[in-house]
Amino acid sequence: MGLQFYLQNALGGLAYGSLLFLIASGLTLIFGLMRIINLAQTAFYLLGAYVGLTLVAHGTNFWLASAAGGVVTMTLGLAVYSAFLHRYHADPLTSLLLTLGFALIMDDAVLAIWGGDPHSISPPPFLSASLQFGTLVFPEYWLAVIAISFLVAVVLFVALQRTMLGVMIRASVDDEEMARGVGVDVNRAFFVVFAAGAFIAGMGGLLGGPITSAYPGLDGELTPLAFAVVIVGGMGSLSGALIGSLIIGLVNAFGKALFPELSYFTIFVPVALIMAFRPQGLFGRTL
Amino acid sequence: LSLRRRWTVAVVAGLVVALLLPKLGVPTFYISLLTQTWIFAIVAMSLDLLVGFTGLVNFSQAALFGVGAYAVAIGATRFHVTAFVPVVALGIVSAIVTAAIFGLVALRSEGVGFIIITIALNEIVWGLAYQWVSVSGGDNGITGIVRPPAGPFDVSANTGYYYVCLAFFVVALLLLLVLVRSPFGLVLKGVRETPRRMRALGYNVWLYRYLALMISGGFAGLAGVLFAWYNQFVGPVALSLDQSTQILIMVILGGIGTLYGQVLGAFVVVFLSNELSAVTQRWEMVLGVVYFVVVMYAPGGLVVLIPRVWARLRGKRTALVPHEPLLAAGGAVANAPAEAAEES
Repeated sequence: MGLQFYLQNALGGLAYGSLLFLIASGLTLIFGLMRIINLAQTAFYLLGAYVGLTLVAHGTNFWLASAAGGVVTMTLGLAVYSAFLHRYHADPLTSLLLTLGFALIMDDAVLAIWGGDPHSISPPPFLSASLQFGTLVFPEYWLAVIAISFLVAVVLFVALQRTMLGVMIRASVDDEEMARGVGVDVNRAFFVVFAAGAFIAGMGGLLGGPITSAYPGLDGELTPLAFAVVIVGGMGSLSGALIGSLIIGLVNAFGKALFPELSYFTIFVPVALIMAFRPQGLFGRTL
Repeated sequence: LSLRRRWTVAVVAGLVVALLLPKLGVPTFYISLLTQTWIFAIVAMSLDLLVGFTGLVNFSQAALFGVGAYAVAIGATRFHVTAFVPVVALGIVSAIVTAAIFGLVALRSEGVGFIIITIALNEIVWGLAYQWVSVSGGDNGITGIVRPPAGPFDVSANTGYYYVCLAFFVVALLLLLVLVRSPFGLVLKGVRETPRRMRALGYNVWLYRYLALMISGGFAGLAGVLFAWYNQFVGPVALSLDQSTQILIMVILGGIGTLYGQVLGAFVVVFLSNELSAVTQRWEMVLGVVYFVVVMYAPGGLVVLIPRVWARLRGKRTALVPHEPLLAAGGAVANAPAEAAEES
C-alpha cells in the first residue's frame, strides 16, 4: 500500500464525493429552507439515471439526456410538492413520510418499467479514455464528474449569494416569519429550491451512471451516504454539503478499499465524531 | 357499564378470542399472519414508548429489531446458543447494547436532527448486514434457524408458536403499560412535552431519554428474536429503512401514545401487505399510497378515526382529520398539548 494506493483512492473518493454532492445539496437546501427531509432525493437520482440511459439508447446526446432526466424528476417532484408536500412545512414527520411513500412508488415504478437487471452506463466517447500518470490510472470521466459538480456548486453559491432570489431564499431560511412580513414571496422560494434539488439529483443520475451504474436498490445504498454528508456538513448548509460530500466520498473510498465488508461502518466514524464534538455539523447551526 | 368496566370486558373478550382462534379452525395462513401481528405489535409498542411517550421519533427501530433477529441467527449458527431462554436474553441484550451506542450518538440532538441521525444509523446497520457477508450472509441472509422448545412446550408447529408470541405480546403490553404509568413514565411524558421545563426542575432529560431508548431497544430486540424464529431466516430486509418506516406507520395508524392501539396498527399493516402482495406484484407502490393516506387522513390513528367516522355516520358533524402536525417544529409529538409550542 504505497503512495499509489492512496492517490488512486483519494481521486476515486473525490469523484464519488462530487456525485454525492449532487444528491446532498438538494437534501440540505430543501431541509434548511422547508424543514422537509426529502427521502425521495436518491430515488430522483435513480429515476434520472433510467430516464437518461433510455434516451441515450435512443441516440440522444449524453448531456442532453442527463438534463432531460433532471427535467423529468423536477416535474414529478414539483407535482408532488404542489399537490401534497407544500401543506406540511411545519410538520417534518408528515412530510418525511410523504417523501418516503413517494420514493416507494417511484422505486416500484422503475422496477415495473425497466426490470430488475442492472444497467451499466458508458460515459460519452470522448471522455471514455483513462489518464495515466506513471502507474496511476484515472478515468477521464471521473475528472469530468468532479468538474461538473464543482460547476454546480459554483452556480448554486452564486445563485444564493449574488441574486435577488438567493437573498430571498437566505432570508426565508434565517427567519421565515420576518421574511414574509417584509413581503418576500417565501412560497416561491420554497418552490424554486424544491425544483432545483429535484433537478440536480435527477440530472446527477445519468452523470453518475458510469460510476454507480443503475439498478433497483441503488437509491437505498446511496441514502446512508447522502445523510452522512448532511450530518457531517451541517443540516441546511451548502458549504457543509460540499465539504461533507468530499469527506464522506473519501472515507467511503478508503473504507471500501481497506475493509470491503465494513465500508458502511466506516462512514459511521465521521458521523459519530461529528455528533460527539460538533452536533450541529461542520457548518450548521443548532436547530 | 362504566368506561373502565367496558374496557375490562373488551380486553378479556379480546384475549379469549385470541386464545381460542387456533382451536376454531381458522386456516393456518391466518394464524401465521396473526403470529406476525403479535410480533410487530411488540416492536410497534416499543417505538410508541419513544414516539408517543418520550417525544423521540426513532427511525432506527428496525435496526434494533434486526439486531435482535441477527443475534439469534448468528448465536445459533456460530456459537451454538440455541436454548430458549439464552437466545431470548442474547437478542434482548444485543439490542439494548446497540440502542446504548445509538443513544450516545443520536441523543446529542433532538427533534428533526434526531430523525436525520437515526435514519443514518439505521442505514449504517443495514449496510453492515448487507455487506458483511462473512458474518451476516449478506443479501442471502442466514437460514436454518430452529425454534427451540419453550420449556416443556414444543413450538415447532405454527399453533404452538402462535401462543408463544401471544404470551410475549401480552407480557410486553402489561410491562409497558405499567412503565408509562409509573413515576418514570410520567417524567418521560414531561420530557416529551417540555424538555426545557423538566431541565429547570432538575431532571436529567438526556438520561431519561437514554434510558427510554434502551428499554425500547430491549423490547424491539425481543420482537426481533420472535421474528427470526417465526421466519427461521434473517435477511437485511428485516432492518431496512422501509422496515423502520413500516413500524412507524403501525404506530401512527394505531394512535401515537396509546400502546394498545399499536396492535391494531400492526394488524392492519401485516394483513394489508400480505394480502396486497398476494393480489398484485406492485404492492410496494400501493404501500406508498397507503403511507400518503395514513399520514394525511389518519394522523391521529384508528383510535381517533373510528369514533369520528362512527359519529359522522350517526349524523354528527365532526372533522375527520385532526388539525395537528404529527411532529411540531420544536420536536414535540402531536398529542402533546399546545404548551409545546412555546418551546421553540
